[in-house]
Amino acid sequence: MHGSPTGGMPNQGAATHGLAALLLLADSRLPAGGHAHSGGAEEACRAGLITGADDLSRFLRGRLATAGRVAAALAWSACSASASWELLDAEADARIASPAQRQASRTQGRLLVRTARRIWPSATLNDLAKALPEGSHHPIALGVAAQAAGCTPDQAAMAAAYTSVTGAATAAVRLLGLDPVTVHRVLAELPYDSVIAEQHDWSALPAHAAPALDLLAEQHLRTEVRLFVS
Amino acid sequence: MTKALVRARAVLRTGLDDRGLTRLETMRSAPPLTLRQTARGEIHLVSTGAGPLGGDHLRLDVEVAEKTSLTVRSIASTLVLPGTGRSLMEIHAYVASGATLVFAPEPTVLAAGCDHMMTTTVHLAEDAALFWREEIVFGRHGEKPGRCHSRFDASIDGRPLLRQEFVVGDPDIDGSPAVFGDARCVGSTLITAGRAHDTSSAETTPAEPKTELREAEVAEGVAVLPLAGPGTLVSALGRDAVELRQRLSWGESRVLP
Repeated sequence: MHGSPTGGMPNQGAATHGLAALLLLADSRLPAGGHAHSGGAEEACRAGLITGADDLSRFLRGRLATAGRVAAALAWSACSASASWELLDAEADARIASPAQRQASRTQGRLLVRTARRIWPSATLNDLAKALPEGSHHPIALGVAAQAAGCTPDQAAMAAAYTSVTGAATAAVRLLGLDPVTVHRVLAELPYDSVIAEQHDWSALPAHAAPALDLLAEQHLRTEVRLFVS
Repeated sequence: MTKALVRARAVLRTGLDDRGLTRLETMRSAPPLTLRQTARGEIHLVSTGAGPLGGDHLRLDVEVAEKTSLTVRSIASTLVLPGTGRSLMEIHAYVASGATLVFAPEPTVLAAGCDHMMTTTVHLAEDAALFWREEIVFGRHGEKPGRCHSRFDASIDGRPLLRQEFVVGDPDIDGSPAVFGDARCVGSTLITAGRAHDTSSAETTPAEPKTELREAEVAEGVAVLPLAGPGTLVSALGRDAVELRQRLSWGESRVLP
């Protein structure tokens, strides 16, 4: 459980230039199903916890500092590894207490791996799919996809941090009719860098919990009318 | 007026006596961590002296031997105060095969200006039973809390079961509707099945193995969350310590009726 096999980056296949790959991976138009998830924002809007741009900003800052930090660390680790996917996946499992969130993460991870294998065919992505046929957690899928696409671990972590808040922000715009420019300003001001760090010991990866997100995720599953899966 | 920094390490270790009952092999207090046996297999932490204060480094080691049962409680809540530097409370627990540990002290209260670190590692054998409650209160009544960072790592048979960190006093986190919302307290209880526990009685008696709850449940401010591994987490937020405890107790009762 302490091992962190940090092999090189076997960029087989058609590795795109790292920065371009990062843009493609973080783009909400990447056809990997990310648009169906609001990261708890839909339930927070329904419960009246997000009513405007200020609430949304606080929601996103907290999300980035907790779930975003954990996702970034997992993606960094996955991008720099070449094996032992079950171990990293178990570390992700231990950091996601809510079954609803684990399920949402695996669903998105499975779709991302399926998509990424077609865009950036690689032995590592094949190994990941084989090791975790039920779907790996999303940040791990993102890290390995980033590796296959030619990104650095820092870039993979940035993609994870960024996508940990953009889905929620977009959802809030749609649900509350917020001004999209104001919301993009909120996104532009978030401290993404602060949650990205080099990671080596998998057991010591950040594990910041967000109890309110856990509650929202479980309540969301029990809400009858839903626009978003999570 | 400067207080000498405290370095304290208390140790608790159980064993079986010749009748097969739990006895305390080691009970080493280290003020301010003072241990009192209140019943067979039950210890109360009696805080002697204020704190922890900034700069203090306290450590508690708990080893629950095979087939023994230990309950650890505390007489009062722990008030974390400012001082020179960061205070640290470190707990290491090992729960052997067939053993039961109930760890349910009163809450940790973060006074204004404190800078506190709490680390807990719990190693469980495959069939060890655990009931571990942790409650953090953000300041006394009407008080803005200082800083706190807690990390909890539980593993079962060497595999990670639960890793969770809480940070209080970070402007990105405080007041975020994604993390604590407008709550003033956060708490969680980790329960691993193996056996049922009776947390109200002094003697924790291993009872019939119990089917684990595998469906999540949620109520106002509290969720019962079956983990990916063999365990359940009750996670709650509250406006005050009383509400937090009520919510946790409700969740605990869903797992251990």
